Amino acid sequence: MLHENLASHFASPVVSRFPAFKGLPPKPGIGLKHQHVRQLIETRPKLGFLEVHAENYMGAGGPPHHYLTLLREIYPLSLHGVGLSIGSEGPLDQDHLARLKALITRYQPQSFSEHLAWSTHEDAFLNDLLPVAYDTETLNRVCDHIDQVQTVLSRKMLLENPSTYVAFKNSSWDEVDFIAEISRRTGCGLLLDVNNVQVTCTNHGRSPIAYLDAFPVEAVGEIHLAGYAEATDSLGARLLIDAHGTPVAPDVWPLYIHALRRTGPKPSLIEWDNDVPSLDVLLAEAAKADLCLQAEATRRNGIH
Amino acid sequence: MRQTAFAQALFNPALPPPVEVTSFNGSDPAQRFAVYRNNVMVSLIEGLAAKFPVVEMLVGTDFFRAMAQVFAAQHPPKSKLMALYGDAFPDFIDSFAPAASVPYLADVARLEVARVAAYHAADAPSWRAEDFAALEQESLFDTVLVLQPGAQIFASRFAIGSIWAAHQGAPDMAAISTDTPEAVLVCRPHLDVEVTLLPPGAAEFLRGLSQHQTIGEAADKAFGAAPDFDLGAAFQILINSGVVCGVAPRSRPKHPD
Repeated sequence: MLHENLASHFASPVVSRFPAFKGLPPKPGIGLKHQHVRQLIETRPKLGFLEVHAENYMGAGGPPHHYLTLLREIYPLSLHGVGLSIGSEGPLDQDHLARLKALITRYQPQSFSEHLAWSTHEDAFLNDLLPVAYDTETLNRVCDHIDQVQTVLSRKMLLENPSTYVAFKNSSWDEVDFIAEISRRTGCGLLLDVNNVQVTCTNHGRSPIAYLDAFPVEAVGEIHLAGYAEATDSLGARLLIDAHGTPVAPDVWPLYIHALRRTGPKPSLIEWDNDVPSLDVLLAEAAKADLCLQAEATRRNGIH
Repeated sequence: MRQTAFAQALFNPALPPPVEVTSFNGSDPAQRFAVYRNNVMVSLIEGLAAKFPVVEMLVGTDFFRAMAQVFAAQHPPKSKLMALYGDAFPDFIDSFAPAASVPYLADVARLEVARVAAYHAADAPSWRAEDFAALEQESLFDTVLVLQPGAQIFASRFAIGSIWAAHQGAPDMAAISTDTPEAVLVCRPHLDVEVTLLPPGAAEFLRGLSQHQTIGEAADKAFGAAPDFDLGAAFQILINSGVVCGVAPRSRPKHPD
């Protein structure tokens, strides 16, 4: 009997050997950087989850997989794609989708998210998240791509609102309405990047509070926080750049608190991809997010 | 297609942004579009800098970034896996006239490409000394060893291993005769990629093994290339480097039963 059980266990590759966390918790997480892996494994700081860029784990083997396997034993995992190019005018890259499916099978992440953007054109990968026009043609195409993704991956994905520097004359939809319609049609969840809200609204002369108040909060499965860089346009107006190389900006924290009032406590990521600081600096940013999350939980308990 | 015009203008600053691109306040759309142009170029240059740290140390950051920018404009990535980006950079360096005064630069870049490939290669546990000891002595020369998936043997007209080693930490090139040909083995026995300087004949020996020749065939080739080839020392490299991960089935001696 024992032998039979063992045999069935080993014959079944889909059985995850990782802890079965139930989704991402409504706690702060950090983006995993290779500089921090050993310290995270040794010190196991209290964090809600880790997030990784899927494309950094598509090699055959080596340290990236070794350490992610160890860390997946400790923390819930958010898999964040940066290369699927959902906004592309061309078809989705089925090979890339298959690589994502293999990663999801391997690591059983609690969440998968991607961007409302494009990054490939013909055979070139542009390594940036490029903007789409908000018109009906784009809407149909993006919804079709998300349907394909959710079908192939057999799971709901989260779509992230973009940071943009230009607008398109042929955009006929408001960005929030456009995103809400995608979520309504495809059933996808949303990743609300509050830094992107501040960047995009500043760059296009909009109110970030009005943006957040219109955002379909019932679909939000995760929040992103990051730092921006600042430039000016040709008229001297503020032009914010989504740079991920500094602490969360002072004017983004109030937007986060405002967003939490609508969404309730949600898994909240500190993103810091360039000029990566020590782990302690990231944990201090995560602690600030945790204060906001706890305050919102307390506020909600007080209401009930 | 609108994205075609957008993508073309990203890589060619002489082209205007697509006509649909606009701004809410009447500011110059081209100046705003340049943020994307800059983001793309900076990300590609930084991807190359991460992959080629010793090349950057050899020529300095300013020269490296200028050279990387010329390369990136001509060779946008073809893969979404940025670890693969820059595999064509060594050949580009060979043809990049301003770098001609550092003749070994392209070979250093080739070594760095090999290191990144080994870093991401499939995992295969290295043989230990006891695994070698268990090989049947009488059929040793008919044995075909299996090398690790990411292992590469790289021979250069230049002192490639010494130049690379001199840039791990504070660069110190004083004692290096750069024109001395060297060969190295690049492999990843566990988590760390290692570069092993190879004595005469060992590169031919290892290359033979990597082409699935028997130990005897590979040794013959090594003796042919270098009469002073030391087979014992080469075996010690096989053991110490961790490059061997198995034995090919066809080399197993056939038993009469």
